[in-house]
Formats: sequence, C-alpha cells, structure tokens
Amino acid sequence: MTTTLHPLDVSAIRKDFSLLSRDFHGKPVVYLDSAVSGQMPLVAIERMAKYEREEHTNVHRGVSTLSQEATDFYEAAREKVRKFIGAGSIKEIVWTRGTTEAINLVAQTYGRMHVKEGDEILLSAMEHHANIVPWQMLAQEKGATIKVIPMTDAGELILGSLDELLTARTKIVGVVHVSNVLGTVNPVKEIIAKAHAKGVPVLVDGAQAVPHLHVDVKDLDADFYAFSGHKLSGPTGIGVLYGKLAHLEAMPPWHGGGNMIRSVSWEKTTYIPAPGKFEAGTPPIAAAIGLGAAIDYLNNLGLDRIAAHEHELLVYATEKLSAIPGLRILGQAKEKASVISFVVEGIHPHDMGSLLDGEGVVVRAGHHCAQPVMARFNVPATTRASFAYFNTREDVDVLVSAVLKAIELFK
Amino acid sequence: MSNPRELYQQVILEHNKKPRNFGKLESCTHHAEGHNPLCGDQLELSLIIENGQVQDIKFTGSGCAIDTASASLMTGAVKGKPVAEAEAMAEQFRGMVRGDLEPGAQTPLLGKLTLFSGVKDLPSRVKCAVLPWATLHAALKGEEEASTE
Repeated sequence: MTTTLHPLDVSAIRKDFSLLSRDFHGKPVVYLDSAVSGQMPLVAIERMAKYEREEHTNVHRGVSTLSQEATDFYEAAREKVRKFIGAGSIKEIVWTRGTTEAINLVAQTYGRMHVKEGDEILLSAMEHHANIVPWQMLAQEKGATIKVIPMTDAGELILGSLDELLTARTKIVGVVHVSNVLGTVNPVKEIIAKAHAKGVPVLVDGAQAVPHLHVDVKDLDADFYAFSGHKLSGPTGIGVLYGKLAHLEAMPPWHGGGNMIRSVSWEKTTYIPAPGKFEAGTPPIAAAIGLGAAIDYLNNLGLDRIAAHEHELLVYATEKLSAIPGLRILGQAKEKASVISFVVEGIHPHDMGSLLDGEGVVVRAGHHCAQPVMARFNVPATTRASFAYFNTREDVDVLVSAVLKAIELFK
Repeated sequence: MSNPRELYQQVILEHNKKPRNFGKLESCTHHAEGHNPLCGDQLELSLIIENGQVQDIKFTGSGCAIDTASASLMTGAVKGKPVAEAEAMAEQFRGMVRGDLEPGAQTPLLGKLTLFSGVKDLPSRVKCAVLPWATLHAALKGEEEASTE
C-alpha cells in the first residue's frame, strides 16, 4: 500500500523548521530527538503568536466579540483533536497539561472511585514512569497491588500472560501504545478486547503513538487515551485525555475552581458536564490553538505518508547501526515506530550522547523515564535516536559516522 | 560552548579504560555510596584513615567515562594526603567544575586534575565529574550516602 503513496517533499518540509538551519559546535544540527519533543512547524508557531498578538483574552468569559472569538478558536482546536483520534464527541476530549496529567486525572478520579483494598492494577513491563507512578500512588493509598504484563527479550508483550493476569480483582489496565524506549507498537486493540472480555477498562498511553500512527480510539475501543501536544509537533503545556463519555460522566471532578462549575454557593456547588468539569481554571489557550494548527499541518502532510517515510528511515538506520560491531539495539519488535535505542560495549550512553552532541547530532541519552525497562534489559541507560518526517537518510549517515567516531575515540 | 569532544582527553580515556584503585577495602574505616540519579552512575568508596591521613582508598561502581576517570584520578590524588588536604582538594575541585571559583582563583592542590576544568562548560556532565568528590566528602564526614541531586 505504501508504494502508491506520493512521498513527502522533505526538503520543502525542512524549511518549516528553523532549528534545522542552526548548528552546534560548528556542525549542522541533526535533530534525532522527536521522541523527546517534536519540533513545531512555523505555521503552528505563527498561529500561536497571532493569538497572543491580536486575539489574546480568556475563554468562556463574558459577551465580548474578543472573548467569543477566542472561545471559538479554542473549541475548534478541540474538534480537530476529536477528528484526529476518531472520537465520537468533543465532550470526550479533555484538555490537560500533557500525558502525565491526563493519567493522573484518571487515577485520581476513576481510579479512586473503583480501586479498593486488595484490588489489582495491571500495567505493562514497558511503561513510562507517567503510567506507573500515578498508579503506584493510588495503589498505596488504597492498599491495592500493581501487576505487570511481561515482555520478551525482543521487546514484545507476552499476551498469553493476560488470561492469568486479568483477574476478578483487576480494576484497570494501563498500557503504552508505542514504547518510548523500544519503539514497540503494542497490539492495544487485542489487549483491550481481552480486558473487556473480563469487564476491565483500559487506559492507553498514546504519547509516542499519535505522532506516528493513525489512531482511532473508537476502533481500538479504548476507555481512556492520553497524549501530549508537544510530541505531536505542537507546544508544551497542552495534552489530551480522551475518555468514553459514559466514564467521564460518571467520574467526579478533579481540580476545583472557576470554569468547571455551574453554580457556586456556600451551601452547594454544582458542576458543568464533561469535559468542562475536568478543566478548572484558565486553560493554555494559545497552546490549544497551536496544537490545532500542528494537527492541520500533519493532516496536510498525510499521516500515511509520514508513517511510510519514518518507516523507511527506521529500516535504513536499523540496518546501518546493526552493522556496527559492539552495538546492540534494544527492542526488536516486529511492529516498531521510528525509535532506536542502543548501547555500545565499553561506552556509557552519556559519553555517547556528549560525543554525538559534539557532532551536532541531538539524541537522548538516559533512562528515558522508564527505569523498569532499563532494569529489564540490564542497562543503566541507552542512547536513543528517533526519526520524524523532516529527517533524511543523510541524517542517519551523520549519526552512524558520529557513532563510529566515538567508538574510535574509546578504542 | 566548547565541543564536548575536547573533554575526552587521552588521560581521561585511559583512566576510564584502566581505572586505578578499583576495588573494595575489606577493613576500611570510612565508607560511602554515591549516586547520580540523573544518569544512574553509582560509586562506592572505601577508605582507611589513620592518624589523620588517607592511608588507602578504593572505589567500585559503574558510571560514564567522566565519572570513572574522575574517581580513578581522585583516589590517586588523595592517597597518602592528610584528611584536611583531601577536603580542601574536594572543595577546589567542586569549585572548578561548577565554575563558581572567583575569577583568577588558583587551584594549587589539584595538579593534573585541572584537566576536568572543561566540564564547567557542559552543565549536564558536571555531576558526573563531581560524584566521586561528593562521595569522598560524605565518607570523610561519616555519612553513608552522597547524591548529586
């Protein structure tokens, strides 16, 4: 199917990103760190600037034309998100500060309602700390336990374990759609079906999935789906919690304050319906509008074309890096997004990161907020390169030659 | 900012590959563990201190080249020195790599350890170079743990 796609015009796309014409240490920037944060196209930056310059006010306030206009732009961004992930209603799209806040919201509302002493929360072995710690805090508060879906050495979840791990005590499953370390694309649709067969809802951490895959929350039948704007070529400070309307309606509010109430008196306060009841206080309006513009940008490029381009880079980079003696790639799943974590014998990932930086190559070196994954593969950290739609095969070549230079230095 | 590559001088690479004083002193008088939460570097120092002098010192652990070389060179530099001098060296070293020495200030005690001075231009690596010295400081103070957090 991908062969019929018209390929991306990458040299034109690169002009939309000012960072790509900078240099570090006299070397042109090679940005291979989109899994840390996706670069924002100029059109999204300009849209945010226009809001701040000409349209700045608050939303859902007063009768002024200015306020109505801002509210319309802000809500239009919500509609863009709805359409982007295939949700049925904008009532199911809650703005948050990011993936982390979205997961905390679910843990602190849905979780606190449903998880009791002795209950179980089932997470996968490849979760980011954002989908571990909020559940540990809840489990500690309630006297519940965390269970873990194991994975193979290749970095694939062992789905056969689900029959045993999903018990009558399991109250929620949390699973990452795409691993930020291993790149594994998990079969979340299948996991959700298995969980639902036992009446257990599923939260999907989609932070690394939405930039690479066409996500359809209805097709997945996800109960909750969380992601961040800044991984999706949008700004920081904005994220999304998708929740099935029935769940959101039954959940209590989380933060209290303005913007989320119907009426307040000293005797009794009532709340507006979802999503508003989860959105206390003034939201990051420019960020929401900027995310909407970023989604338009990605839609214009075409998610299928983006996926095909990134897949080609993944295959090329995997082949080139695998050929380097002493280099080991963590994560060999059959279904992988364009993320490659690696370690090189005798060179600590932080040294590798610094040396790549010296060549203008921006990667992430560290534990990637996934220490249990590091422990699973018995490494303190990894170096991770992640590829986006503006990257080229030449970028991969620069990475490979920089890695070889580091190895030479450490010989 | 200087190129990070400049930091990886031969002395550092060589000490990383063949760290001196690597191991553990069974009958130590002082001991501390150091931990760098950012990168997961771990270091264990054991010392024998007699008559106010560092008679012997060894380290174990796993970390990056900057951390390992810093520990290797540090153990060599403080061995045989009076405790007070080791403490003064730790202070000078930390001041040097954190870049908070007074302009023109000298670091006479550091000798070849000044080859780490370039670390001050790489803020993300300062903690790697400092970890052995922070752990030494903790051990001399009788504390069991040091963290660069």
